Amino acid sequence: MKRDIILAGVGGQGILSIATVIGYVAVQEGLFLKQAEVHGMSQRGGDVQSNLRISSEPIFSDLVAAGKADLIISVEPMESIRYLPFLHRNGWLITSTTPYKNINDYPGEEELLNEIKKVKNHVAIPAEAIAKELGSARSSNIVMLGAASAYLDLPFEKLEDGLRAIFGRKGEKIVNANISAIRAGRDFAAKYLEN
Amino acid sequence: MSHFLTTIGMCRFIHQQTKAEKANQPREAKLEKQKVLLLGDEAIAQGAIDAGVSGFYAYPGTPSTEIMEYAQRSREADELGIHRQWSANEKTAVEAALGMSYAGKRVIACMKHVGLNVAADAFVNSGITGANGGLIVVSADDPSMHSSQNEQDSRFFGNFSLIPVLEPSSQQEAYDMMAYGMDYSEKYRIPLLMRITTRLAHSRSGVVKNKRRDQNEVHMPEDGRQFVLLPSISRKRYKVLLETQNSFLDESENSPFNSYTDGADKSIGIIACGIGYNYYMENYPQGSPHPVIKIGQYPLPEKMIKKMAAECDSILVVEEGMPVVEEKLRGFMDAPLKIKGRLDGTLPRDGELNPNILRIAMGMDDLTGEKTPEIVKPRPPVLCPGCPHIDTYKALGEAVKDVYGDGHVFSDIGCYTLGAYPPYEIINSCVDMGASVTMAKGAADAGIFPSIAVIGDSTFTHSGMTGLLDAVIENTNMVLIILDNSTTAMTGGQKSHAYGRLHNICTGLGVAPEHVREVIPLPKNHNELVKIIKEEVEYPGVSVIIPTRECIQTIGKKK
Ligand SMILES: Cc1ncc(C[n+]2csc(CCOP(=O)(O)OP(=O)(O)O)c2C)c(N)n1
Ligand code: SF4
Repeated sequence: MKRDIILAGVGGQGILSIATVIGYVAVQEGLFLKQAEVHGMSQRGGDVQSNLRISSEPIFSDLVAAGKADLIISVEPMESIRYLPFLHRNGWLITSTTPYKNINDYPGEEELLNEIKKVKNHVAIPAEAIAKELGSARSSNIVMLGAASAYLDLPFEKLEDGLRAIFGRKGEKIVNANISAIRAGRDFAAKYLEN
Repeated sequence: MSHFLTTIGMCRFIHQQTKAEKANQPREAKLEKQKVLLLGDEAIAQGAIDAGVSGFYAYPGTPSTEIMEYAQRSREADELGIHRQWSANEKTAVEAALGMSYAGKRVIACMKHVGLNVAADAFVNSGITGANGGLIVVSADDPSMHSSQNEQDSRFFGNFSLIPVLEPSSQQEAYDMMAYGMDYSEKYRIPLLMRITTRLAHSRSGVVKNKRRDQNEVHMPEDGRQFVLLPSISRKRYKVLLETQNSFLDESENSPFNSYTDGADKSIGIIACGIGYNYYMENYPQGSPHPVIKIGQYPLPEKMIKKMAAECDSILVVEEGMPVVEEKLRGFMDAPLKIKGRLDGTLPRDGELNPNILRIAMGMDDLTGEKTPEIVKPRPPVLCPGCPHIDTYKALGEAVKDVYGDGHVFSDIGCYTLGAYPPYEIINSCVDMGASVTMAKGAADAGIFPSIAVIGDSTFTHSGMTGLLDAVIENTNMVLIILDNSTTAMTGGQKSHAYGRLHNICTGLGVAPEHVREVIPLPKNHNELVKIIKEEVEYPGVSVIIPTRECIQTIGKKK
């Protein structure tokens, strides 16, 4: 088993919360893990990405090799396609469709969606809207995780267990919100692919 | 902030798991579960705690900051009474560490690569004094300059000072090297340098911990003059250092962190340093077909390298950072065999390495996927909405740039360096910490008017105070603006030594009290700030303006 994942977004969007859950489950499953994070300069509204690698065999590189990513999970649409050079021919692009516009030359939304749709395997998900509908706007990253869950090669129940362990001390309500979020993401992705 | 929580959260959960499931698991699985997920930086800190250090000294700097931050969070370190406070700068950190080593205790000093320049005087001379208690200086390099002014390679300082260098290739090695390095340091009474790079520092992986060692008791050096570098003593100590080089070589030949793995295809041999080894091996999941020397410790193991040179037709040197090893092997003369690396173009001359670069260097096809579509635009970092620096820059624009034109503002390193980008485009320099003050002085000496320096509070106490003294002595016609956001924001909000002290420092250095002006940078005070800047520009001498308002991010964290 091996998964090379690129997590992408904008500084402050908290992409590492997704990594935390996947990382937790990977360790529980006795898998090897390397996760390169971004700290420092790039955190203030700039583009950020993190490389997450999990495998049943020992891992050498902390970085995902170009053209080898099984998955790009992006919480922002423009950021998702920034990392296309890393995506494997058969890899999956899972992205939120809610743009984060803090630059003047941000592309048109339709143009952007067209580029995303050019990727053979993709899921474009209105994660923020889904999270809001569930009444927990802050769990949109967990909706993203749900959308990506089918491609992680990790048991879905284990991801839920991970959420329970990680958010447990914040109380039942937060845990349940996150469980609903991950399920909503998973269900959306399944439907998206049917269409 | 979210990352910060992630870090602690993660480690704790893994500990819980260990306890809960210990009873009914096979032994192997138990060992596996004892792994804790640590950043490279955190592995160093935990390694140092478990190696029995009595102190951490450091000045923040990406990618080294999390070493001290981990130590400060560690309850274990707290219970053990380990010193772990920030220093004013890297030089004071290394000197304090040297003092703790003098007292017989183990200690580490941590910094980013350019910090080692600041600490260079202390560091290079510590090679001559030697150590008493184990002393390791950790310097974190930043190839590709993710958050730095340059990509200098700290291993040069090891060469230059004749001090052995450790370069881990994994989080586990980073952890293990702390105990190993402390033994080494105490065996030869010599400080060690550990060099890491961004990707190891900021990548998380499983680390298995060892039993913790006790700290040393205080014990003075046997020779009471060991640390007195008078010429007559220095000459003797230098000879000792030179003579010990052979022992360092032996240590390198036999080090667990240097290894020679044979391979059938001897058309090329690989010398791979630090995480360069990982990028090479990533392309050979079944094992390397070529002989490989993995380097984790310097001086270079000569015998291993000579063996490779005798057996292989060519050598590829894989090193993250500058071609330090390659230059050493190559020299000016034609080598008897072809040496490939960053200097002959086999690998790029600058920037970080990665697995794909190594793939291409080894003649395999480039796997890079689709190009990034052109509609994707750069997204540079920006000052946070509500940042106090914004208000100061707006006022400075009106008082200086709009009146005298561009070119008058010497700045420094910190969040406020983002004032170089639109919409501000107001600063004209950022060189090294403290340089704003002294460059403004030199420019004023040369006749530039007005000459303005803009510096952050932490940078000012790091290296700006001495420059201000220079200006005071000559009553240079310049304005120094100290942006007091009450923290070291750029690196994540560490305590600033300047906190609550700036006014007194400035007047203490001799700035006339009526020309030390304090103001709160808020939109409603815009006109006041513009007026103050204009008045002080017109005053023909040294003035200091201190706009004081806390960083939005540190306020947020306290909530
Ligand atoms: C010699 C050296 N040490 C450390 C750093 C890393 N560094 C860059 S900016 C900065 C702190 C800036 O703090 P401050 O001056 O208070 O400005 P702020 O970011 O808070 O605006 C540090 C530690 C560096 N670039 N050079
Ligand atoms: S972190 Fe603080 S000092 Fe830096 S840009 Fe944001 S508000 Fe300003």
